[in-house]
Amino acid sequence: MSDMDKTHSTHPSPRKYLMVAFALVVITAIEVGIFYIESIGKGIIPILFFLSAVKFGLVGMFYMHLRYDSRLFSIFFVTGLILAALVSLALMALFGFFN
Amino acid sequence: MANLNIEQNEHEEHTTTGLNHRKMLMWAFLGSDCMFFGSFIATYVIYSGQSVGGPVPEDVFSIPVTSVSTFVLLMSSMSMVLSYSALVRGQLINFRIWILSTALLGMTFIGFQVFEFRDFVLHGLTPKTNLFGSTFFVLTGFHGAHVTLGIIWLLSLFFYSFRGGVTSERHLDVDLAALYWHFVDVVWIVIFTVVYLLGVFPGI
Repeated sequence: MSDMDKTHSTHPSPRKYLMVAFALVVITAIEVGIFYIESIGKGIIPILFFLSAVKFGLVGMFYMHLRYDSRLFSIFFVTGLILAALVSLALMALFGFFN
Repeated sequence: MANLNIEQNEHEEHTTTGLNHRKMLMWAFLGSDCMFFGSFIATYVIYSGQSVGGPVPEDVFSIPVTSVSTFVLLMSSMSMVLSYSALVRGQLINFRIWILSTALLGMTFIGFQVFEFRDFVLHGLTPKTNLFGSTFFVLTGFHGAHVTLGIIWLLSLFFYSFRGGVTSERHLDVDLAALYWHFVDVVWIVIFTVVYLLGVFPGI
């Protein structure tokens, strides 16, 4: 089915929603647990960003139904995300954050 | 349980895209709101560690408390999606229970934020104190405003359902509110990591 004529979509069952919620809680617990391991040092930055991105993706794909809805909705949202990232990086570069 | 086929709307969409324009508008708004929050988060990061005087994040943040409030907001997203799922299955009572639960969890999150803000002020941190205070209160304050607006929206749908305004055939209204609610959740996921966890991690 193309995006142009897509008026129906398949959404997950409540069981899958609960599984996603469980995954979100476990990942958050891992994040907080890692926070208390000081020896990780700066290695915590990519780890936390990765875990945060996984949580973001789970909510977006399953709770916001991006995985099941029209791809055009994903394009709208991801475009906003990319622009937000570019605006953030531009601001940080402008203020010498990377120097 | 088998997946469920859900109609996007009560009738075929006769639009240029074949998609509901209200839903497309909501996604366009959420995309623009990404830039809104992205700018505030970037500003917070740029000015982190630049405050001349205290208090600084290490003086005021309580990771255990914020972890609990984060858990509350994550659970509100779960109850929101369950309310939507109940509605499209025609279970109006369950829809009301879950959407009211979502609103109550949202209020609990705001309660945590009020508690936190009050605690910070008692520690001498206000938006005017230093760069940390300005950037922190603006960022989390705007997020809290989004959550508050979401609570009002959810309660409106809850009460509207008693007047027959919310039915399984007209679930798009709830779908749009759910998208908004999940968005404030994903924004908080980023804030929790960037502002709180990375903001006070002692190993960096």
